[in-house]
Amino acid sequence: MTVFDDELQKLKEKLLRMGSLVEDAIKNSVTSLVERDNALAQRVIDNDRLVNTLDVEIDEESIRLIALRQPMASDLRFITMAMKITTDMERMGDLAVNIAERAMELNTEPVLKPYIDIPKMREIAQGMIRDALNAFVKKDKKLAVDVIMRDDKVDDLKHDVLQELAFFMTQDPTTVSRAMRVSFVAQYLERFADHATNIAEMVIYLVEGKIIRHTLPPA
Amino acid sequence: MLDQIELRVKGLNFYYSGGIHALKQINLPIYSNQVTALIGPSGCGKTTLLRCFNRMHDLYPGNRYEGEIYFVKDDILSPDTDLISLRSRIGMVFQKPTPFPMSIFDNIAYGLKLKGIKKRSDLSERVEKALVHAALWEEVKDKLNASAYDLSGGQQQRLVIARALAVDPEVLLFDEPTSALDPISTAKIEELTAALKKDVTIIIVTHNMQQAARISDRTGFMMLGELLEFGDTNKIFTAPSEKLTEDYVTGRFG
Repeated sequence: MTVFDDELQKLKEKLLRMGSLVEDAIKNSVTSLVERDNALAQRVIDNDRLVNTLDVEIDEESIRLIALRQPMASDLRFITMAMKITTDMERMGDLAVNIAERAMELNTEPVLKPYIDIPKMREIAQGMIRDALNAFVKKDKKLAVDVIMRDDKVDDLKHDVLQELAFFMTQDPTTVSRAMRVSFVAQYLERFADHATNIAEMVIYLVEGKIIRHTLPPA
Repeated sequence: MLDQIELRVKGLNFYYSGGIHALKQINLPIYSNQVTALIGPSGCGKTTLLRCFNRMHDLYPGNRYEGEIYFVKDDILSPDTDLISLRSRIGMVFQKPTPFPMSIFDNIAYGLKLKGIKKRSDLSERVEKALVHAALWEEVKDKLNASAYDLSGGQQQRLVIARALAVDPEVLLFDEPTSALDPISTAKIEELTAALKKDVTIIIVTHNMQQAARISDRTGFMMLGELLEFGDTNKIFTAPSEKLTEDYVTGRFG
């Protein structure tokens, strides 16, 4: 293995480490909401700095490799995509923090209703980032396409959640502050899935050299 | 981008006098007013291919071409081709600058005189034009009678380009034109290449892949006498179709 290959491997490992941190963050943030666990929410908030540190490290390392190695072809695609993927993952980490913050606020008030669709959204979104990164590691275009397809399901669930919460708010104005916060959480999860979709699209570029972003027909 | 074809290589095979089959079934279009780069590992045949375009191989007996290279509509490889005329229409610049042992002025006037231009004023005009064209005029206009050997390597290379340009060629062949030059002279030649393609078609052989990426519009990747991939330079360096091209441009060859 050349020194350059070794450097690329390290960059890849950093991306995967960042991905698994983000995956944990989304999982724990929703658990902190569902189980009303403030300590867990606080841990999600605290751990975000690890994600941020990796974001900076990956950017710096990518710029260094471009300057010193003048990468070509798949190496160039990999490094430029690493810089983009890290931006998406950093945003995903922030969304998990936002969920944890809303959880801590909601934990100060009585439960509005049992959470059913929110955990479902979390499960799909978490699976999307996991598989987007798996597709990235294995250069698996099929899996990346599959991740992109799952985004619609998250959108549908968000729609259902918002409708249900709107119903609560119209029926009983005392639920408004809680219903608003829960609807924010649904919004964050939907955004989270969008970022996973972006990453899956980058995986396709990485594998095929074709940018498919903004080319798929609207669902 | 104009996509007019200047030269079309069809089923080209080339055998050196020792019997080595150096080019195998090459098919390739060279587009007008574009820079086409030929890349590939040493011994892949890129210089051999370059030298077919102006029949340089004819200088050594026993070399043999098969196939055709159409230059507009004539086959360059035909025995009827007038080689003197061909080589003024398709000029060549080598790796090491090859100025003649004479003054800067005479280096350029030499080819013009061979073409029958004798009048001093005509010669002066054409020499100046060629030097301006090769981005050398400002540096040498006050010492046209100095020996070409007094120039730096980078200036000598531009002088050689000016000499080739003086006879109004349609195509210029560059055989690693900057491999003996420092980065500043290299940058000047590269800038010059971009300016020249308005008027001439350029084919360049280079070992410097960044150079091929910087200056060419099309790139051909050769290996073991075959043209493995040919396409837009952009594509070759960001997403080549062939695994071997990928391995070569990413430096993971072999």
